[in-house]
Amino acid sequence: MAPSSPPQDTTSTPPRPQETATSQPPSQSPPAHIHTLTLPHYPTHPIHLALFRSVTNAPTLRSQLLSSNPLFDYAFLDATVLLSPTHLLLAAQLALHAHLTGKGKTRTPHSELVFRLHPNNNIGEAYRKFGMGDESREVLVVKFGGLGEAVAAEWVGKHLGEVVEGESVRMGEDMEEVAMFADVAKVRKIYKLGEGGAKGKGKKGTDVNGDGKARDELKGMESVILGMMALKGS
Amino acid sequence: MAPETIEPTAPPLRAPSPTPTYRPLHALPPPFTSSNLEVLTQGAEALVYRSVFLTPHTPCVVKYRPPKPYRHPVLDRRLTKARLLAEARVLVRCKRDGVDVPRVLGADWEAGWLVLEWVEGRTVRGVLDGWAERGASVEEGVVGLMGRVGRAVGRLHGIGVVHGDLTTSNLMVRQGERKEEGVQGEQSKGRMTTSEMRMLAEDGETPSFPSVEAKRQEQRDELEGDIVLIDFGLASHSTQNLQDEDRAVDLYVLERAFAATHPKAEPLFQKVLSAYGESFKGARAVLKKLEDVRLRGRKRSMLG
Repeated sequence: MAPSSPPQDTTSTPPRPQETATSQPPSQSPPAHIHTLTLPHYPTHPIHLALFRSVTNAPTLRSQLLSSNPLFDYAFLDATVLLSPTHLLLAAQLALHAHLTGKGKTRTPHSELVFRLHPNNNIGEAYRKFGMGDESREVLVVKFGGLGEAVAAEWVGKHLGEVVEGESVRMGEDMEEVAMFADVAKVRKIYKLGEGGAKGKGKKGTDVNGDGKARDELKGMESVILGMMALKGS
Repeated sequence: MAPETIEPTAPPLRAPSPTPTYRPLHALPPPFTSSNLEVLTQGAEALVYRSVFLTPHTPCVVKYRPPKPYRHPVLDRRLTKARLLAEARVLVRCKRDGVDVPRVLGADWEAGWLVLEWVEGRTVRGVLDGWAERGASVEEGVVGLMGRVGRAVGRLHGIGVVHGDLTTSNLMVRQGERKEEGVQGEQSKGRMTTSEMRMLAEDGETPSFPSVEAKRQEQRDELEGDIVLIDFGLASHSTQNLQDEDRAVDLYVLERAFAATHPKAEPLFQKVLSAYGESFKGARAVLKKLEDVRLRGRKRSMLG
């Protein structure tokens, strides 16, 4: 089954990390860099992102997810299969929309996010392809806010800084860092896009400078992926 | 004879109760609110808005098909869903096969909305109107534009998609550098883009903007840019080879649109057709078919 934590918004709110931080072994780890954004049309639902490289304790983190530890109510994504900031943002938008309109196929917005990235309806497969694996070293953590309990960026950063053994990557306003670990061939395979992304029949994109061509090809590939995600389940 | 009043033998037929609308009709379903939308246009089936999506700086088009109270609610939902998805799927297929169309960014087929990429630029209709106003000289720029229109339509037909409502208003000239067929940018080097000029103009020094040369440059620039096909609400895709008729009707509708835009634009359509003829295998057959369609009009004769 998909590792996911129980729904929030219940009366039995999980203990706030602020309170539990003291009960955990004191740690000197600095807080992780958190990038907080809100999607247009969802001003009351902030989304917190934290990007890590050289993560060494993925198996430990996964076991926490699998045991549905309420403290680990996050989406841990494999950053090598995130093509672009837009790719991630669309998944977040679709997940939030599905969750808020009660059309979600999974129990939490975090599991919905993993599910929405995947091209088909197999939740377990979605976790294998897009969720953090035991071998993952580049990890993007996503936390949805505004869903019941208050989530402050500070304590998300503090908590993740403590539990994730890795190097926190600071993200800029345009979030280009999301794509810094992208393995384009791997993404292409997951979405079953043949050679050359948008195949263009060899006619399109006979661009002059190679750089521009690669960029156009990525853009075409991204367009198709976004379309597939938006129409999933139709 | 005085008309008799006839007693009805059966109760009169009553229309089914209208689609329940918990919000006033034409108010969008969540997450959209009127505060973040700006109406662009309204068609027979859909309302089109401009809004933002994913980031506050990413403009988008929201195409909303409101429930039709005069239809049976079950049928209404089914038609809305089928039509919205048909449009979205054709758009994704076009993207996959390298035809320049807006990206599909989001959809809720139960609620009836579709979010598409915002294409910056003008419609071919608008560009041609401007061109006609300036005297309609058959210059290099406009001839090139016609060629690109022909190739864009040809590419669309070449992948088995028929647009269904191909007018000059449903073709756009994307603003910005051109990428098509490797012709790219040489000439536009050293030129200012319109947005650069706009920025300059906004920075004060307004007198520098409407200089004759800059104005002319802007007019030439708007003839440049890739052709983007929009509004696939009536489009269909099929792999069978029997669609020459539909393709020819697409061209016929476009030809009429050209004629309606401006009389001086009509001869230009030859340039569109000749570019189309080179664009895919089978294009010649379509052009032949077009001659039949011209003789009888868009509707097929019942006698076959």
